[in-house]
Amino acid sequence: MARKLLFEHIDKPGIRGLEGYRANGGYRSVEKALRTMSPDAVLEEVKKSGLRGRGGAGFPTGMKWSFLAKPEGVPRYLVVNADESEPGTFKDRYLMERIPHILVEGMITSSFALGAKTSYVYVRGEYFYVARILEQAIAEARAAGWLGKNILGSGFDHDIHVQVGAGAYICGEETALLESLEGKRGNPRIKPPFPAVKGLYDCPTVVNNVETIAAVVPIVNDGGEEYAKIGIGKSTGTKLISAGGNIKRPGVYEIDLGITCDEFINSDEYCGGVDGRAFKAVVPGGSSVPIVPYELFLKTPTGENRLMTYESLSEGGFAQGTMMGSGGFYAYNDAQCIVRSTWNHARFYHHESCGQCSPCREGTGWLDKVLERLEHGEGRMEDIDLLWDIQRKIEGNTICPLGDAAAWPVASAIRHFRDEFEYHVTHREKVKDPKHFAREPFRKSAKFATA
Amino acid sequence: MSARTRPITTTEGTKPFAFSETALAECRELIARYPEGRSKSALIPILHIAQAENDGWLSVNAMDAVAHLMGLRHIEVYEVASFYSMFNLHPVGTYVLDVCRTTPCMLRGSDELIHHLEKKLGIHAGETTKDGMFTLKAVECLGSCGSGPMLQCGAGYHEDLTIEKVDALIEELRARNQRTNYTDR
Repeated sequence: MARKLLFEHIDKPGIRGLEGYRANGGYRSVEKALRTMSPDAVLEEVKKSGLRGRGGAGFPTGMKWSFLAKPEGVPRYLVVNADESEPGTFKDRYLMERIPHILVEGMITSSFALGAKTSYVYVRGEYFYVARILEQAIAEARAAGWLGKNILGSGFDHDIHVQVGAGAYICGEETALLESLEGKRGNPRIKPPFPAVKGLYDCPTVVNNVETIAAVVPIVNDGGEEYAKIGIGKSTGTKLISAGGNIKRPGVYEIDLGITCDEFINSDEYCGGVDGRAFKAVVPGGSSVPIVPYELFLKTPTGENRLMTYESLSEGGFAQGTMMGSGGFYAYNDAQCIVRSTWNHARFYHHESCGQCSPCREGTGWLDKVLERLEHGEGRMEDIDLLWDIQRKIEGNTICPLGDAAAWPVASAIRHFRDEFEYHVTHREKVKDPKHFAREPFRKSAKFATA
Repeated sequence: MSARTRPITTTEGTKPFAFSETALAECRELIARYPEGRSKSALIPILHIAQAENDGWLSVNAMDAVAHLMGLRHIEVYEVASFYSMFNLHPVGTYVLDVCRTTPCMLRGSDELIHHLEKKLGIHAGETTKDGMFTLKAVECLGSCGSGPMLQCGAGYHEDLTIEKVDALIEELRARNQRTNYTDR
């Protein structure tokens, strides 16, 4: 069994409280960093680890930290993105709920490296109860002297505040999150300036995902090189994958980056294979990443085994690959309808578009409407090309990546499952039953036999 | 129109609004939390408190009280309240059932769950039962994708739902007849 870095102690009794967490080696990274390391030495370890942002973009964390501007006399902030809203993703909730102190610890150690005296953790509003768990952990840490003035006699002061949102997917985008944290609508900002220069309250800010900040703990404890020994190439360390859909064992798994996709989806250590019937398609990294047929999830276009790494999952580009994304993994069995699922995705992005950019505000609405009529047996053959055209006009034409995220699921669904869209036009009566493929699984025609 | 620009109700709920003493103390603590001149950051947390104090929704009176408390212009409060989907701009039932309808939950049967609740409660998603007990909302992903279908009621997540489990939940809530809020501890 693979080594766990974040989940090693997750099942230990009392791990949610400070005492239990400390008894299992908690807060060692704070002791090590504050007593024996300089802030730059911590940054060096993070760089050596090869850690990449775990929220979805996969940007190297050490590099992001090194961009942080440090003008004299201006406060700097660390903001943790706990606005986990990407459909399919529930890993951060699991982590914060079960082992909240690992996030608090990671925030203190990371803030020391960044020179931030205050940090915020922005928790999506629906996770109010999780925010309460974090507040409790922070209060415990403060009472024990892990937060406050002159921590461990090092001269480093730090405090953490929990902020709740109120229901808006877009606030997971880092500049929208900052707007929301400032008490405004979650409209993404135009970049540049990047948050590293002008972020929260116009001050230099690093925004990182929950899992990214938690990973700083083992990196500082064991050293960046040790962390980088796990994984393959530029995909180092472990990754939390939240698995759902039609699998036998839904849940959150900490995997070594580099295991095969086949092992992840079929072994009993992880997803445990399909929950009845046969697998049809996979969305490996949250709703925004391209959907791929099951066969193409297992094998790359060149016939190699596909691996759970950033590189391998995207091998084949957008035509035949997908992305690691946030690790929000869900699989479809052959009772599921790709058109219905694509409509569901489109409706989500339509609902969540902030409305700032016309291509996204209007385009997501059109995608929703056209897909709805196709799914209900009221579509036309031209609608398929119309959908393709609309998504092309959204992609790349918006301030933030929500537009791309709305376009890609539609593009990939048409690319790999065009025959199912055509079926919805040629079999109008059949598709009026929402369970149409549950009764009679869709059979690929020869024309679409290979993806 | 974007779903993020919802009209504010002006005709419903002329009931006056005032924060309770405990809520006011909590709001003041929130306002003092942020750096000098940045207290507007407390707006969303305070709107949650106001909603909990106003039978689960934000009337114009409630929003105006928030503006007054925080020294903000009314529009600064309205534009934020109308952006975030957890803020209700119309009166709601004693219980708001937020049922997740997004893809991972759909793969696990959320469509059937929503249909069942619509039939059982005799309302469509987005409506409130005549007795004022339940508001049914079909909402987007709640981050419970491995344990769907699911719904949120107040602060609580009800996961891995079946028709039997949701029926039992409805009966239990009806018998208890006590408002739940997102801010419940």
